[in-house]
Amino acid sequence: MADATLRIFRGDGQGGATAEYRVPVGPGMVVLDALHYVQAHQAPDLAVRWNCKAGKCGSCSAEVNGRPRLTCKTRMDALPAGEPVTIMPMKSFPVIKDLVTDVSWNYKVNRKIPPFQPRPGVEWKYSQEDADRVQEFRKCIECFLCQDVCHVLREHGQHEQFGGPRFFVRVAGLEMHPLDGANRMALLKDQLGIGLCNITKCCTEVCPEEIHITDNAIIPLKERVVDQFYDPLVRIARAIFGGKEG
Amino acid sequence: MTDKFETHEHDVLVIGAGGAGLRAAIEALAQGASVGVICKSLLGKAHTVMAEGGIAAAMSNVDAADDWRTHFRDTMRGGKLLNNWRMAQLHAQEAPERVNELEQWGALFDRTPDGRILQRAFGGHTFKRLCHVGDRTGLEMIRTLQDRGVQMGFDVYMECTVARLLKDGPRVAGALAYWREQGRFVLFKAKAIVIATGGIGKAWRVTSNSWEYTGDGMALAYEAGAELLDMEFVQFHPTGMVWPPGVQGILVTEAVRGEGGTLRNKLGERFMEKYDPKKMELSTRDVVARAIYTEVREGRGTEHGGAFLDISQKPAEYVKRKLPSMYHQFKELADVDITKEPMEVGPTCHYMMGGIRVEAETAQCSLPGLFAAGEAAAGLHGANRLGGNSLSDLLVFGRRAGLSAAQYAKTVAAPTLAASEVEAAEREALAPFDRREGENPYTLHRDLQVVMQNLVGIFRTKEDLEKALGELEKLKTRLAAVSVEGSRMFNPGWHLALELKSMLMVSEAVTRAAQMREESRGAHSRIDFPKTEAVWGKKNIIVRREGSAMTLQQEPTAELPAEVQQILAEEK
Repeated sequence: MADATLRIFRGDGQGGATAEYRVPVGPGMVVLDALHYVQAHQAPDLAVRWNCKAGKCGSCSAEVNGRPRLTCKTRMDALPAGEPVTIMPMKSFPVIKDLVTDVSWNYKVNRKIPPFQPRPGVEWKYSQEDADRVQEFRKCIECFLCQDVCHVLREHGQHEQFGGPRFFVRVAGLEMHPLDGANRMALLKDQLGIGLCNITKCCTEVCPEEIHITDNAIIPLKERVVDQFYDPLVRIARAIFGGKEG
Repeated sequence: MTDKFETHEHDVLVIGAGGAGLRAAIEALAQGASVGVICKSLLGKAHTVMAEGGIAAAMSNVDAADDWRTHFRDTMRGGKLLNNWRMAQLHAQEAPERVNELEQWGALFDRTPDGRILQRAFGGHTFKRLCHVGDRTGLEMIRTLQDRGVQMGFDVYMECTVARLLKDGPRVAGALAYWREQGRFVLFKAKAIVIATGGIGKAWRVTSNSWEYTGDGMALAYEAGAELLDMEFVQFHPTGMVWPPGVQGILVTEAVRGEGGTLRNKLGERFMEKYDPKKMELSTRDVVARAIYTEVREGRGTEHGGAFLDISQKPAEYVKRKLPSMYHQFKELADVDITKEPMEVGPTCHYMMGGIRVEAETAQCSLPGLFAAGEAAAGLHGANRLGGNSLSDLLVFGRRAGLSAAQYAKTVAAPTLAASEVEAAEREALAPFDRREGENPYTLHRDLQVVMQNLVGIFRTKEDLEKALGELEKLKTRLAAVSVEGSRMFNPGWHLALELKSMLMVSEAVTRAAQMREESRGAHSRIDFPKTEAVWGKKNIIVRREGSAMTLQQEPTAELPAEVQQILAEEK
């Protein structure tokens, strides 16, 4: 059984550095297995979040060799053999300890989003095709890797003005729900700052659920915002006929 | 004296934020109560998120002949009639309404051709009954409940673990907890407490459960004086992954078989013909788990000690649409393309049928002010749970627990907590830091898992169970000397040291109850008592604490009313 060298960030909000650990690598082993090995044998106080270990809960996010990943789905044999594996906490969020970051900001953003609001008198029937479109967004496991990689948050720290890809996906799931009657366009434009996204698709690339975040959520939402707030024809029509308001 | 602690006060305190806890919280809020929810992980990560197959409810959307009576009968038969019949009845009657409610709160289920909620077949269910979202039903459910609760305004205390329940006289009146992040203690005062902490799978080596499943709620309730019931019944799900080693135990949804997957041994035989020729792969979980275990033990297992589960006869697109997470799980973690080749699967510790004894209508425990729901509670599933009946259990009894807790809270005054009790709990929790050169909690945990896996598994004997009790005693002694390194800040070694106490307590209850029940029934199989005995079918085993000793007592089950007996006798 070959050994691997892990360089794991050890530290807290005040600072820290990577520490090296040697771990035996078995068949099919994932990075999270290696972290558990370190905990059990070398550093029992190593802080790591995890739950399902099967890519379904989105707890074990970290940056492996500089790439935002779920550690439970990152195979050791997919990383360059013989080279150290560097594991860092997500950069877009404050470090609490080791690989655990403070993601509470995400929960605050989520609270701003008005819930599902069925249209009055709606019949609870719709086709699978209508469900499919929204079910893609509902696959999100809230690993926050898209938030981590998004440069508006990562490089520019615009957490106050911007909701981030996760919450565009959430709003898309509500807006495109076949029975929803609410309008969240003002929220998208003003509070979630969807205009700040310049569609670099980094979020789509890291999504472990393979949600087409940019193409299927963000771009259609941007179009809806433009239609509602900036399209002169729509504005005239709304002035005359009235329209859906938030 | 207690003012040195950060303190929060609520009418209703819910411990656990899986399906049962969230549903309880929503209902208590709807009753006008102030509600706090404590969870060990981040909100939305509870084990409910792992539930795959669906929610069992007799909606009759696919099979028009289905009704609550049939669901009730299936549940009772699946539980080998040891179920609390009233819970099984309420569950079957109320599940459809609870599913509709989820849809009205924004959940999107898969649809029938005429646009209604689609239902699929599952083991032990007479009709197509499981409302589902591909194979990620639990995720849909937890998001829906979480968003509903947040909008209604409960307070959530995330990454917070309860160390002890506190009492005011005979009443349960609060809890001492610690923030995982900083390691600081926090005090909760509550008029009513709902325990919804799930099961105990982490006491076994091969398990589908996450680190959170350490039996905390059962142990907290037991310590406070509540009764536990049916602890001998631990469900081993027939299909967990077996290879590679790191993924051993991870769940392979029963929906694979529900969608037509077949089980074969290494000789290519469809072995369920021998064990249950009528229901085949869709037999109940206890039967299928024993069948796979027996095939492997008798030398007909796969290379890595499992059976082959094959869905590749279905069109690849269909498999990817109905079982997307299984497709990815095998592709990414095991290099297996399930649309082309079979999966290797074997039994994995999955679910606790036993737990805190509750009253059927109100979910109230044997202590005033304490309620329990979901996997932490016992009664609904009897000796074996049917797939799909867990998510419906969480909804039906989560709601009932929240309702009763809020109503109870209206009838009592605010509690007072005794400083001495709080400080004793604090000292106990910090003790591992005072010890030096003690054992590593991870080693102890591993040893516990080996004991439970090897001696208290699918098949049990008197000798093994006795040996297990001896080993558990030794582990208890070792736990008293365990020490932890580092600071109190987010220290998983310390957290595990505290959780080991719960795991050992619950493991002992399981082992003692398994030793007492000298028959085989549902998930409890005794090699030395292989028959199902009528006399044991009328007895429950109750576990309670007397002083520091664990005592067990047999109690007769409730008589079935005539109309219930009639339903059970019907054939459909």
